[in-house]
Amino acid sequence: MTPSVEDLLRDLAPQVLGALVRRYGGFDTCEDAVQEALLAAALQWPTEGLPDNPRGWLVTVASRRRTELWRNETARRRREENLAAQAAPDPEPAPAVDDTLALFLLCCHPALTGVSQVALTLRAVGGLSTGEIARAFLVPESTVGQRISRAKQRIKASGAEFRMPPSEEFPERVATVLRVLYLIFTEGHTASSGAALNRVDLTTEAIRLTRQLHARLPDDGEVTGLLALMLLTDARRPARTLPNGALVPLAEQDRSRWDAPAITEGKELITTALATTRIGPYQLQAAIAAVHAEAATSEDTDWHEILGLYTLLGSIAPGPMVSLNRIVAHAMVHGPRAALEQLAEAERDPALVGHHRVHAVRAHLLDQAGEHDSAREAYLLAARTTLSLPEQRYLEARARAVVDGGGASGNGGIGGTDRSSGDGMPSTSGRD
Amino acid sequence: MKYLILIHSNPKSRAVWETLTDEQRYAFGKGHLELSAALAESGELVVSEGLVDPSLAKWVSVRDDKTLTSDGPFAEAKEHLAGFYLVECESYERAVEIAARAPDARYGAVEVRPVLDMSTWDL
Repeated sequence: MTPSVEDLLRDLAPQVLGALVRRYGGFDTCEDAVQEALLAAALQWPTEGLPDNPRGWLVTVASRRRTELWRNETARRRREENLAAQAAPDPEPAPAVDDTLALFLLCCHPALTGVSQVALTLRAVGGLSTGEIARAFLVPESTVGQRISRAKQRIKASGAEFRMPPSEEFPERVATVLRVLYLIFTEGHTASSGAALNRVDLTTEAIRLTRQLHARLPDDGEVTGLLALMLLTDARRPARTLPNGALVPLAEQDRSRWDAPAITEGKELITTALATTRIGPYQLQAAIAAVHAEAATSEDTDWHEILGLYTLLGSIAPGPMVSLNRIVAHAMVHGPRAALEQLAEAERDPALVGHHRVHAVRAHLLDQAGEHDSAREAYLLAARTTLSLPEQRYLEARARAVVDGGGASGNGGIGGTDRSSGDGMPSTSGRD
Repeated sequence: MKYLILIHSNPKSRAVWETLTDEQRYAFGKGHLELSAALAESGELVVSEGLVDPSLAKWVSVRDDKTLTSDGPFAEAKEHLAGFYLVECESYERAVEIAARAPDARYGAVEVRPVLDMSTWDL
């Protein structure tokens, strides 16, 4: 299968931008010029056919555009300040260097806010237009445009440069990139994304970008872990919602609808990473997702293994959501009563006071324990306080099922195994 | 994450407004314009509008596929929505910080509500 023009352009975007920044400097103007070159290509190539050297075509067009932008800027400045214009340097052949990694690190610079990192990464590395990003996040185009230009100003002001950071900063900088990619992934995790035409699928885009990063850092266990986590989570997407948009909990999903090739790839990635690199939170979450994927039915789930992995995750990356997920696993191994005691303990964490997920987990445990009235109340309380509409509908349905005498399915319904789970960075999901 | 910042008008806030000098009223209006401009600049503003008096409101209902409109009830309502900011920002704390910059917060209180989102987890 030949890739579409759109796919090709997105793959080339960071390479072309890297070539331009190396040649001319000035990330800001180069990025604008590359956007315009991508737009020109998107209009021309489908009708006129691909150029012989698509990358070279884009570099040439973007360079030309960059020179125009630069001249306009210089002319403006000269009028304002009466300065002599500096001659634009002649284009030199672009060195055959892959700048994608440097670009990732620059777009996720710690001086930027989270929303700016996301917008800039999707545009500069992902090759998406401002309009596409705006539609994906359901905000006005001007809002995204402003985030991008502000991000560029901040990069300029902070003196950040387009090159590799010193080695002592490197792990932390890569960790920021991973957080941004995971944030893009979870943003894409919406019930409506499949149906919404004309909207970029952020989940797919996050996986594509993480693949690019993985290709540049194949030995980084956490990069591999994140890619595996995304693949294993996204593999469940076809089974996660009904055609009417209703959520299907993991325990009740039709596992034959899971994406088998994605699971195979995710499992291979995580197996290699666990065997060869230092362990980290993304790897552990991917390992948990892999244990779920291995169970042919929800009854076959190896909850001992999952409990062990959550306990390990809690020790290297503690966080309120990890505690909750570990309690759900604990219930599957040791029964709901023991887990309810742990929940009462965990609830003392200020981050969990009044949190809807505490109510949801309690509801589920009470349901399992046969305390139907209390379970119903807790389900309704959780439904009232969640920030997610599909989850609200699910919890209300659950409350009704208790009334009808349906009770819990006896499995890890509300446990949550990946979303906003154990990376110890609850803010990444934006809704904790 | 999106948050709606609601500016309510009620007898108390209207009474306060009556006591303000022209300069204070001007500063009040300017405060809103400046807040909108600052949020647009930071890339956090989704939309912000002020609303006309509720006596100009229409109530719309559909019965038997017929659209009916009426002007009331309005006289009884002591409190009404006077304006809003829809923002997208990093955290609830940040939304509260923004709300605190609405001039109304200095005289009465403004309300901040997270917007329901369509996100799902695997449950």
